[in-house]
Amino acid sequence: MVINLENVYKIYEMGDAEVHALDDVTLKIEEGEFVAIVGPSGSGKSTLMNILGCLDTPTSGKYEFEGRDVSRLNDNELAAIRNRRIGFVFQNFNLLPKLTALENVELPLMYAGKSTSFRRNRAKEVLEAVGLGQRLHHKPKELSGGQQQRVAIARALSADPSIILGDEPTGNLDTKSGREIMEILKALNKNGKTIILITHDLNIAKQAQRNVHIQDGRIVKDEKVVG
Amino acid sequence: MDILQTIKLAFRGIIDNKMRSFLTMLGIIIGVTSVIALVSIGQGTTAKVTEQIQSMGSNLLTVNIMGRGATTTLSYDQAMEFMNSSYISGVAPVISDSVTVEHGNVNEEDITLQGVNEYLLSVRNYSVDNGRFFTAQEIQSRKRVAVLGSEIASKLFGFVDPVGQTVKIKGYNFEVIGVMKSSSSMMGSTDEQVFIPITLAERILQSRGVRMIYIQASDKDAVSSAKTEISAKLDKIFRVKSEDDNFSYRIFDQSEMLETINETSKTLTMMLGGIAAISLIVGGIGIMNIMLVSVTERTREIGIRKALGARKIDILNQFLIESLVLSGIGGIIGVIFGYVTSWGLGKFMSMSTKTTLPVVIIAFSFSIFVGVFFGIYPANKAGNLKPIDALRYE
Ligand SMILES: Nc1ncnc2c1ncn2[C@@H]1O[C@H](COP(=O)(O)OP(=O)(O)O)[C@@H](O)[C@H]1O
Ligand SMILES: [Mg+2]
Repeated sequence: MVINLENVYKIYEMGDAEVHALDDVTLKIEEGEFVAIVGPSGSGKSTLMNILGCLDTPTSGKYEFEGRDVSRLNDNELAAIRNRRIGFVFQNFNLLPKLTALENVELPLMYAGKSTSFRRNRAKEVLEAVGLGQRLHHKPKELSGGQQQRVAIARALSADPSIILGDEPTGNLDTKSGREIMEILKALNKNGKTIILITHDLNIAKQAQRNVHIQDGRIVKDEKVVG
Repeated sequence: MDILQTIKLAFRGIIDNKMRSFLTMLGIIIGVTSVIALVSIGQGTTAKVTEQIQSMGSNLLTVNIMGRGATTTLSYDQAMEFMNSSYISGVAPVISDSVTVEHGNVNEEDITLQGVNEYLLSVRNYSVDNGRFFTAQEIQSRKRVAVLGSEIASKLFGFVDPVGQTVKIKGYNFEVIGVMKSSSSMMGSTDEQVFIPITLAERILQSRGVRMIYIQASDKDAVSSAKTEISAKLDKIFRVKSEDDNFSYRIFDQSEMLETINETSKTLTMMLGGIAAISLIVGGIGIMNIMLVSVTERTREIGIRKALGARKIDILNQFLIESLVLSGIGGIIGVIFGYVTSWGLGKFMSMSTKTTLPVVIIAFSFSIFVGVFFGIYPANKAGNLKPIDALRYE
């Protein structure tokens, strides 16, 4: 099991009021699954994704990532998990604007302590795999949205993680680019990567194997996609 | 993580923000420049003063005799007894008075006549430019020979070679045997003086005994022993019972004077350097200020890097290296400006400056230290950001 959430709460204190962004969430995800987490805006999807990605910690409840209790890991161990086990793809791409496509993709490898030549070769390889072999030295602002998101996917893949987390990766893209991104994610899943995708778009969600519906911080439905 | 890559990135950041980087570095540049320039002035002045004191003669003791009761002077022979001391290599008593010196129909009034012996040249570090100085024989035999100061020589003789000519002093004719090389030190110049054998001066000036003796110790370590021996002897002659009771003579020690002056100028140099160092600290605060702004501006970048697996130490290093690169470049520019300023002050303002490598190294190291010291706080702040808070920052 890659992900095992048991009775997870995330509560934000807003003055006197409490916001239950996650309310007793229990969720298990196996290796190789393609899961879409679906819900309306403000339902807690991003909160969930941040916890799954070890970017944030639950207020209470248990989270095991690949069998390790995340609450017992220190900052450096969490950084190592984010670095080598998880690849992030964000809605707004989150590329570093001053770095070229190649340098952006090299970042995780740099933090993994890989040599310059290894980084170069690996970054080229993944950029070519997402169809950007001709755009290695472009800065993000010289690329289209779809291309930027492909750089982001290449970056997520560069350290060869087992799981890709996407928070509305097609949210800022036109339909055509969105479709291309989905094709890449599906192909990655075929090659054995676990994909967890957050979306409020049911058409996108349909393309996954499993849909987890979330509302007001609670999982209201967890179903296999048929067809 | 990759230090080289980080340094490269830091340089790129500096180039991307040229104006801001320059303004940030300005404090460090001014600091390093002024430390180097001011300390160079201090050291240059010290070196110059030291050189001047040393040019008066090395290991020099100056004895002034005030005397006691009827005995107000030493006789020349008494003075020369100091030569028996093994710590003393030269004794040059001097009798002087103001006289008129004539040559043909030219006469020069108010010239200082110095009755001296053959040791004067070595004891006072003088040299003769033309002709020669007195021999021991000439002193003993009261030969009527004179050596002229350079200024008086040209006043009396113009372009004519004075050596072999005659000058008239107090009605006596003297053969000129030499002209002194022009010299000036803190103890005055020989240029307007005329020298004759002291034995003769005693007679001509009708002045019995000497009041002023220049004594040269045989080497640096002998100075204090020489001084002790001179004191002991003078105490006996003038029946001085204790140091406090001594109104009969004074001994000035050149090395003591040097030490005092060196001590003072060292303190002064340190103070100048210290004041300049304060501007370096102000420069450091400038760096801290900009780095804090930079951390805030780049919160999102920090979040992204952390999401990609950067550890606290990676982020901390990144910002620390940036402030180091800033202060390092500032330091290097400051060193260059410091050298140029010191050189310029020497060249165009005719100040004595002396830029030494240790000062440059200390000033540069201090700028690096300032970069680290004032970079730590912002870098630590960046490293401690929670990934989720940093990522969410707009
Ligand atoms: N840092 C925060 N402080 C307070 N409330 C928050 C914070 N982050 C999210 N929330 C609240 O938690 C709920 C879930 O937010 P989020 O997970 O971003 O929803 P989604 O991604 O599904 O739109 C929302 O009501 C939101 O206002
Ligand atoms: Mg969201």
